[in-house]
Order: sequence, then structure tokens, then C-alpha cells
Amino acid sequence: MLIPCPLCGARDSREFTPKGHASYLDRPAEDAPPQAWNDYLHLRENPAGDTRELWFHGAGCGAWLVVERNTVSHAVTGARLAREVRDAG
Amino acid sequence: MAELMAKSPAHGLTPVAVGGVTLSEAPMRPVWAVMPWRGKGAALSRALEQAHGLGFPEPGAMITSGQLGIAWSGLDQAFLMGVEPDAALAEHAALTDQSDAWTQLVLEGAAVRDVLARWVPVDLSPAACPPGSARRSLVGHMSALILHPGGDRFEVLVFRSMAGTAVHELTRAMRAVAAREAL
Repeated sequence: MLIPCPLCGARDSREFTPKGHASYLDRPAEDAPPQAWNDYLHLRENPAGDTRELWFHGAGCGAWLVVERNTVSHAVTGARLAREVRDAG
Repeated sequence: MAELMAKSPAHGLTPVAVGGVTLSEAPMRPVWAVMPWRGKGAALSRALEQAHGLGFPEPGAMITSGQLGIAWSGLDQAFLMGVEPDAALAEHAALTDQSDAWTQLVLEGAAVRDVLARWVPVDLSPAACPPGSARRSLVGHMSALILHPGGDRFEVLVFRSMAGTAVHELTRAMRAVAAREAL
């Protein structure tokens, strides 16, 4: 499985560590109600098909990426720097 | 009184020569991580140019000028090599001395790409890795910075604590490639 790192190009998955769904980027406010934090920590979509996930390029450039991939076909269709996704809102 | 002796990370482990490929350790030189503050990338590059004659490298690239070099080494990070950074750079970037933290190995020889291909999951062929390239990747399980100044020369930087493992594994690969060539 190759992941197209925006900085390094297509790289083998052994260079990366998966974190989970990209919704981890949508962190609740510090004073958000406990239910919001509960949902953030524990409730996650588990789609059969297209999904967006956070992957860490730890053995490469050290960037966090939002990787688009398909959990059924295992096709990886894109990757962006997580900070760009976050800053874009 | 004991006289202390400065030892390089791979002291006593190199050079190794097998089948036309040599593994040696580069002379120790200053290595500084230069990491621009947020939004200061362009200003840092100008300051670098002014102080050392080298701009901040693009991802995957290395710029050299005489004994100086600056190699991209990760997201918003480059290694300035061969000189201590000018104090003026601190306005635009975090500067940390990495000189003692890395083992700087040098692999040379016609079969050098075959040797590295045994451990490195990145295409280092001339088409994919032209002279002046810098790649962050793995050598086996070791995180590494691989520099290609040109020709059949690659410089492999691994953490200092990995010097023994790096020399051992690269030597194994050199032996394996030489054995295959001898068939």
C-alpha cells in the first residue's frame, strides 16, 4: 500500500502509523459538555467504502496527513497535510 | 591524568569495502536543525541566503556550496551542515545543534543503489533521485536521512545510537549484493 505524501511522494505504508478517522481533527472546545467529549473520544464512523483517516509519516517527513482511502478496495485516493485541512476549516 | 579522546559514532567500525562498494564515515562536522517559526519560511530563506549563501531547500532537496550544505530533513525542517548558523537566523527559526546526534555514513561504488535497495523502501534510481536529493525514510527499521550529492555516492545519516546496527546491516547488504554479482 502506497500513501501519496504531499512532501515525500508515494511512500510505503511501513513509514506511516494510522491514528483513526479524520474527525479527530474536530476537537470540541475545552469547556464543551461531557457528552461532546464522549462523542469525540468514543463515537466514530466505521464506513465500508470511502473514508478519511489521520496517518503519521513518522519514518519520513514527520507530517500528519489526512488520507482518503477505501476500506473495501483498499485504494488510496489522496492525502493532504492535516494542518492544511484543519486551517481550511 | 586521563586524556579524553573525541570519538565519532562509527569509530572503529568503518571503513568497510565489499565488492566495489565502500562504507565509510564522513568526518564529523557541525549539523544544525533549522526549523522556521510558523509563517517565517520565506524570511528564514532570505536570512539563510544572506548569512550562508544557501536558501531553505524545497522538500526532498539539498543545496550545497563548497563545504556547506543544507538538506531538507522533514516538515518545516532542514539540516544546515558544515557551519554553525548565524545568530540572526534565530529570529526566524528554532536552531538546535544536532552535530553529535547523528552518524554520517558514506556509501560509494557502482552497486550502491542495489545495496541501499535491500533496506530502503524508496526509489533511489537516478530518475527518481537526481543529484541534490534528500530523502527521509528507513534503513531497515532505522529512521534515516539519505543524501545524494551525485554520482554513485550516498550519505546515510542515522541516529548516533544506531551506528553499530547501521554499519552491520549495510555491510550485510554489501556482502549479499557482491555474492549475487559473483554468481
